[in-house]
This record gives sequence, C-alpha cells and structure tokens, in this order.
Amino acid sequence: MYEFRMPSLGADMEAGMLVEWLKHPGDAVQRGDIVAVVETDKGAIEIEIFVKGTMGKQLVQLGATVPVGTPLALIEGVPEEVARPTRVAAPMAPAVVAQRPQVPHPSPQVEIRASPAARKRAEERGIALSAIKGTGPDGAILLRDVEQAGAAPVHRGLDLGKMRLAIAAAMARSKREIPHYYLATEINMSAAQAWLEMTNALRTPEERLLASVLTLKATALAARKYPVFNGSYDQTTGFVPSDRIHVGVAIAIRGGGLVSPAIHDCDTLALDVLMTKLRDMAARAREGRLRSSELSDATMTVSSLGDRGVESLYGVTYPPQVAIVGFGRPTRRPVAVGDKVEIRPLLTATLGADHRVSDGHSGSLFLREIEARLQEPEKL
Amino acid sequence: MSASPIQISYREACRAGIRDALQRDQRVFLMGEDVGRYGGCYGVSKGLLEEFGAERIRDTPLSESGFTGVGIGAAMNGMRPIVEIMTVNFSLLALDQIVNNAATIRHMSGGQFGVPLVIRMATGAGRQLAAQHSHSLEGIYAHIPGLKVLTPATLEDARGMLWTALEDPDPVLIFEHVMLYNMSGSLAADAGPVSIDKAILRREGKDVSLITYGGSLHKAVEAAGQLSQQGIECDVVDLRALRPLDESTILSSVRKTRRAVIIDEGWRTGSISAEISARITENALWSLDAPVARVCSAEVPIPYPRHLEEAALPQTATIVTAARQVLS
Amino acid sequence: MSEPKLHLSRDSLLKLLHQMVRVRRFEEKCDELYQSEKIRGFMHLAIGEEAICTGVMAALSPDDAVVATYREHGHALVRGVPATAIMAEMFGKLEGCSHGRGGSMHLFSAEHRFFGGYAIVGGGLPLAAGLALADRMRGERRVTACFFGEGAAAEGEFHETMNLAVLWNLPVLFVCENNLYAMGTRLELSESEPDIHGKAQSYRMHSEVVDGMDVVATNAAAMRAVTRIRNGGGPSFIECRTYRFRAHSMFDPQLYRTKAEVEEWKKRDPIPRLSGWMDSTGLLRPGDLASIEQSVEAEISDAVAFAEVGRWEPVEQLTKDVYAESAA
Repeated sequence: MYEFRMPSLGADMEAGMLVEWLKHPGDAVQRGDIVAVVETDKGAIEIEIFVKGTMGKQLVQLGATVPVGTPLALIEGVPEEVARPTRVAAPMAPAVVAQRPQVPHPSPQVEIRASPAARKRAEERGIALSAIKGTGPDGAILLRDVEQAGAAPVHRGLDLGKMRLAIAAAMARSKREIPHYYLATEINMSAAQAWLEMTNALRTPEERLLASVLTLKATALAARKYPVFNGSYDQTTGFVPSDRIHVGVAIAIRGGGLVSPAIHDCDTLALDVLMTKLRDMAARAREGRLRSSELSDATMTVSSLGDRGVESLYGVTYPPQVAIVGFGRPTRRPVAVGDKVEIRPLLTATLGADHRVSDGHSGSLFLREIEARLQEPEKL
Repeated sequence: MSASPIQISYREACRAGIRDALQRDQRVFLMGEDVGRYGGCYGVSKGLLEEFGAERIRDTPLSESGFTGVGIGAAMNGMRPIVEIMTVNFSLLALDQIVNNAATIRHMSGGQFGVPLVIRMATGAGRQLAAQHSHSLEGIYAHIPGLKVLTPATLEDARGMLWTALEDPDPVLIFEHVMLYNMSGSLAADAGPVSIDKAILRREGKDVSLITYGGSLHKAVEAAGQLSQQGIECDVVDLRALRPLDESTILSSVRKTRRAVIIDEGWRTGSISAEISARITENALWSLDAPVARVCSAEVPIPYPRHLEEAALPQTATIVTAARQVLS
Repeated sequence: MSEPKLHLSRDSLLKLLHQMVRVRRFEEKCDELYQSEKIRGFMHLAIGEEAICTGVMAALSPDDAVVATYREHGHALVRGVPATAIMAEMFGKLEGCSHGRGGSMHLFSAEHRFFGGYAIVGGGLPLAAGLALADRMRGERRVTACFFGEGAAAEGEFHETMNLAVLWNLPVLFVCENNLYAMGTRLELSESEPDIHGKAQSYRMHSEVVDGMDVVATNAAAMRAVTRIRNGGGPSFIECRTYRFRAHSMFDPQLYRTKAEVEEWKKRDPIPRLSGWMDSTGLLRPGDLASIEQSVEAEISDAVAFAEVGRWEPVEQLTKDVYAESAA
C-alpha cells in the first residue's frame, strides 16, 4: 500500500497542519493532482500527489499538525515497485562528532594564584604551592618564586616542606660545624646474593626480599655492638647513646628530594617484617604520608643507592645523629681469591661519622662488623 | 655577483614588485581606481601605464564590487589579475564578491575552479583621516576560509610577497599600511620573492614575546630597543601573514619567553589579536608565566584630531608599558 | 556579416522540444524528491521558463562560458552537464557535478564551461564580465553568457557591470529572465523604471526584448546577439519576458500573486506552444512527443537511481578544497 506522507516544502518546514482534503476516499488520483491543503508558518500551501491510484483511508484528522514525513493517507491500486522502491538508499555517513576528552574535574582547592608555568614546576619539584610566597601581580606565584623555593615533599599529611627546609638548614650547619671522617670498605656479597636467590625462589613476588633489607639489618645489628654510632649529639651534654636502634632509611621522592624516615627498633625485626615496613614506608614517603615520629626518631641513617646509584656514597650526618652508613651499587669485579683472580659481586660500604664521638678505629670495626654479618645472611 | 644594496622606499618596493610581475607574466594585469593616469592613490603605480599600456594598467570606475568581481572572473578564466582596492575602507563595498565568490568558488565547485586573484589594499590609520578612512580590517578577512591574508611590513616583504601571491592558486589579499609607504631603507639589489606563510623574528630576547604585524611592527621594534635599555630583552615576531598564522613560530617564542604581548591596530574585540591569544592559551598554557597581553586600538571609531588619534592607536610607549606590566 | 538564417528544420525544432521537455520533467522530479526530503536546503524550479535556457544555450558553442543563478538546473542540463551528475549534486553525493559540496544552487562543471550557479542575486554579473575580459585580453573569440533574473536590476552590481561591460567592450551576452517576481515582489513595486532592457540601453548596450515563452524567438535573438558579440560588437542584452509556474522556491505559499494570473500564463506554456506549432505546420509526427517523453523518463529515472546509490563524502575530507593544496 502506498503511503501519502506530509511533504517537506522547504528548508525550514518541520511540520504542517492539514486543513483541507481536496480528494476523498474512493476518488481517483493522478500524478500531479492537488489532494490537500496544508497550513504552514508561511501560509496555506496545496500539496500534490506523485502516484496514480485511488484515495484510500485518510489517516490524519483535519486540523492536526504533524511532522514532515507522517503518513496522511493510504493510496490504493499503486503498483508495488512504486509503493516500495527496491533501490535502497545508501545510509547517511554517520557524522563524526569530535569527542572532547573528558577532563576530570580537579578536586576543589583553596584558590592559590599561580601561573601555569609555576604550577607545573612546583609539581615537578614536589613543592606545595601553599609553601611558596608569590611575588607576581596580587601575590601570584611565578616561576621564579618556585625556582627559588626549597625542595620539599608535597601533598597531604605533614608539612614536609617546612620540615625539609629545617633539615636542609641543619645539614648545612652539620657540614660546616661537625668534624666528619669517612671510611669505606668493600664487602663480598656472594653469600648474601646466593642466599637471597635461594630464599626468593620459594616466594611469591610480594614476599620477596631485597638486598637492601639485608644491609639494613646488618647495620642495625652492628650498631648494637658499637653503640657509639647510634644516638644523638647535643651541644651541651655531648653524645647520648640510644638504647633503641631506629634506623633512618633514605628514600628518594619524586622531584629530586630525599627523606629519611626511621624504622623503629630495626635490630629486633625479622627480615620479612623489615621488608614489609620498608615497602610501606617507601610508598607513604612518596605520598607524603609519613608520621612525625618517623621523621624525628632516627638514631642513625642508612642510605642505599641501589641499582640506580654509583659505587660508593658518602653522606652527611643528619644532626643530631652521629653516623650515616652508605651502600653503593653492587658491581661484579675481579678479586684475589687465594692466588687466583675471580669475579665477585662487591658492595662498597661507607661510613660518615662525627669525629667528636668516634674515630677511625671504631669506625673500621663497625664496618667490619657489618661485613661479617653479611657473610652469614641466614642469621640476620 | 650581487650588486650593492639600493636605497628604496616601501612604495617603490611595491612598485618594483608589480613591475617585475608584469614583465615576467603576460597574464598579470593591474586594475583599480586611479592606478593608471593618476599613478595610484599612494603613487605606487606611477609610470606603469606609460610602460605597460592601458590594457594591462586599467583605470576602473568607482565600482569596487564590479571590478573585484571582474578580477575574480578573469582569474577563473586564465589571467592573473592584481585588483587594487584603494583602501580597506572601500573594500566593504566588495565584501560580497570577496567573501561569497572569491573565497568559496573552489570549495563550492568541488575543486573544479580556483580563483588565483591578488587584491592589494592600503590599510590603517595615522594621517588624521577620521572614522571612515582609518580602518584596519585585515583581521576580519583573516576570519574567512578560502582567503589568504598578508601584511608586509618590511621592504623585502613589500618587494617580494606579490610574486609569491600571484603564483598562488587561491585568492590572496595584501594589506599595505598607509604609514609605511614613505618608509625608506636599503634593500638587496636582487631582492626577489619571499614566503607568504611564515612569521619572522625581527629581534631575539628571552623575557617577553612582542607579536605583531604591518604598521605596528616598527613601533614594536622601537619598543624592544627601549626595553633592552631597561634590561628587558624581547623576541619581536613579525607575523607577515594573518592567514595562515605561523603558529609554530609564535608558540616557540612564547614557550621560550613565557610572556606574550600582541600588538594589533585593529580593535581588540574579536580581532586577530584575540585569535592569537586563543592559540597561545590552547597550545602553550603550561609555559605561560603571565596572562597574554594585547595592545590594540581603543574601542572608538578613529577620531580626527591628532592627539585623540594617537591616543586611540597602539604606540611605542604603550607597547613598552604593556611589556613591563607582564614582567612585573 | 549578415545574421545566420534561423534553422527551422524539423530536426532542430525537435531538439529544442526535447530539451524543454527534459528540463520540465527534471524539475518536476526534483519537486517530488524535495517533498520526500531527498533534496534539501533551498531549491528553485524553472518550470515555465524552459524556453530561455533552451533557446539561448542552443546559440552558444561548447567553448563559450555560462554563468547562471540559483535557478540553474535547466541551464546546466541544456548546457550538457549530465542529468546523473546534476541529480547526484542535488542529493549531496560525491558523484555530483560539484562533488556534492554545492547542492541545488551551486552547480559547476569545468568540462562544460559552466561557471556556476550563485546564490547572491546579481553576484554572478561582475564575474561574467571578468570571464569575458580574460577572453578579450587573450584574443579569444568566445562569448560569456550571463543569466539572471529581473530582480538583479535593482542591485548595484548590475549597474556596475553594465557600465564596465560597455566601457571595456566585453564579449558578454546578458540574458535577463524577467519572470515578473523577485521572490514575492512584483516588478512594478521595486523598479521605478520596469523596462529592464531599457536600463541596459541607457548604458549604450545593444539591447532587445523577446517573448521568453517562445523558444524559437528566444533562440533567434540569442543567435543574433552571439554573432554580434563574436564579431567584436561588444556586450549584448536580451530581456526575455517569461513566467514561473511554480513558487519562487519550495517553501512559498505564493501569497503575492493570484491563481488566475498563473493560469493565464500557463496558457502560454512554451512546450505545448512549440509542439502545437510544429503540429500545425506538419513538422510534428505522431509518436514524436511520446518518444521524447519516454526517452526523458528513462534518462531521469536513471539519474535518480544514480543519485540514490551515490556515495556520501567521508567526513574526514571535510576541509578539502578550501585551498588548492588541501586536496585529500
């Protein structure tokens, strides 16, 4: 059956009101006949039919407004291929709607006036904008303000920025005022590595131990034997040894800063526990979620560069601490074993210490103790 | 062997460019009001009628729409016309031909026909010619896809852009600032065609980017000199073309200096300076250390008395002030 | 040189009849397709005016140029642009004569020197003059035929072009299709001097009036004019008095004229007028008309089928053909 539909009569016509039928059911219609009158926004327009047949059922009431394309009447006696053309039109290519990427809304913050360049640099350096005084218009923070600010960890939790500044100041003073001495020794890590390999082979990745846990524990145990490296130095009272060993572990944070939060009672912790604490501490340090006790309680510091570092590292003691032990990158080097030269994994361990409290003699004993412990990893 | 540089004015450089084109290519002819017997309203085509004859140097009646349309048709049918519309102020009478025909024919015809037409117009203010003779509307033409818009501000560009424009298969509008015609300087004796789609750094500095074109270029260069004495070093970007804009040069300058001052003799609202500012924030936001600044004409039809006209237009002093402000 | 003799042979008359029927049926089909939304936008039918495009086009050679308006389907068809390409263009398909980019109002064909349909009344006149100027400057003996409605006589561009064409002796045939209504405004209400051909005469252009419902008379006038122009006689103007049986465009309730007037003009329908005359003079044989109708129906139904299966241009090619180098 052929459907006679409301025609489109113009670019801006969306609907029309049927106001009069000029042909009625049963009337013959020819191509070109005017069959109805439609009222539009512009006025009444006569509409024509393009097929030959007989007017059938009229589907729309007079006075009804219908959209363009709505069937108005059925026309009978129209040949099939006219009523339903076999050629199918190609579908309209879907319009490519340019998708704007969804920009996640930033969490609402207190409005800090800072230039885009300043914001970017502050984020790179891990500095909180709130810690920076701006010198731009209306106190806006400019790039130069960020460049001149000290480095500090960022985000929530403690104001590590301030703390970091304080530490930096203290370190500078330490280097200036405290007489340091430095010692180094090379430690054969064959036993330690072999033990690690064997132990880790039986563990899932989450449970595996890192070499840094061994050096950390070894240092803590050595400090038990040589308490002169574990404590604090006070200007008035001199050195006060600590009966607990809280080793500060140097952790690099994003943006180039360094924090050394303490693992309390490091000498008493089993390796697995130590590993877990180390992991947790590293994660929290990077997120800026360290506790103040971690930051203030260290009685000595261990700095381990690991694979990214160089062979040896000489640190500066963090006052009021009196010692800092550094471990470089393990390297495979030739050593004399008996009369032969063999390749062994060697690790350079260094000690930087306050000469007011200890000397080279005790220092080398301390380092030799660490070395000895690392030859018996299974006892750590 | 290249001869020693010649002393030449901007007007003479324009003339040399037209002469060169007429000599090189028989399809080229010049058409406009008073280009022949009068020698050109600004004296640019002086002597050309005598040299090339009335077929190729055609004086037209005062029919901007008519003769611009003729230029379009002639270009479509194998010629390379240069239509001179005396000033951009009168070009509004030809806007239908330029926007509805020249800019659209290639596209409307599905690529079958192009319009290799060059339209030259004088533009700008500074001679106390008041509201109807002082427009800078090149920014409006730069809005239209299908057109190319050039703003030569140096002798090299006045001399060399025309040939490149004539070789372009699409309509090119060249805007010559009225205050530049008398500008004199030295030009290489063998100066030839130059690019029409690249901006050029006229001065380099790390503190702020002065981005400008046309009649404002020399004010910007002067401002940069003064700023240098105050310890502020500027990049001065001569846009040379407003459509297409050389985004790459603009952005690399702003990424370096982190501060931009755009100088545009048009009114600031909806101007080419607004477009450039938008492109900077779209593409170099993270580099910015200050908001993008603009020095434009005041929002007023250009007034007649000298002191008011001066106050309405961008000046060296206002450019210096704006640059200092973005650095404060 | 004497005017060529009018060829009133059966053959040439049948050709004229065929063309008019072609245009008529094509327009009727477009009407139908528009109402079923296959064709969109603005569409202007020339039903009733077929004698003009048919009569004039028959006087042109393939080398000549044609500029028309937005009511140009018939002009394109008779000029030789294939019905398939025109229909596909109306549908907006890639296979259209303007690659789908123009639609009903912007039919172009470089192959047939059909320099476009234009939507701005009067906008094509300066362009036609420009095409002619190029021919003149290059010594080509070609004619540019420019079609427009009487409404264009109110536009400035009409007068500028009349003036320029005579001043510069341009080989343009101006064909004014005076159908008495510029959209909904009757001639007497918009022209202080409603005699259009007289206006051309006032510019000292050779000018004639002809019955635009008589294809033979129109053809004769065109041939006279074309010969004159080709022999260097300068531009020529023919005002064809005609009538459009349908509305200005599709969405037009025709409140501005009476049905009686339309019916009166329908009695002068150019198609039965010619076939009737041919019949009375024995030039029309039984079956001629039927044969023409049959062939036309096949051609048009073919064109519709072609348009239906035509491709939509991929959206990725959106910015193609804005400039010459932006070909996809």
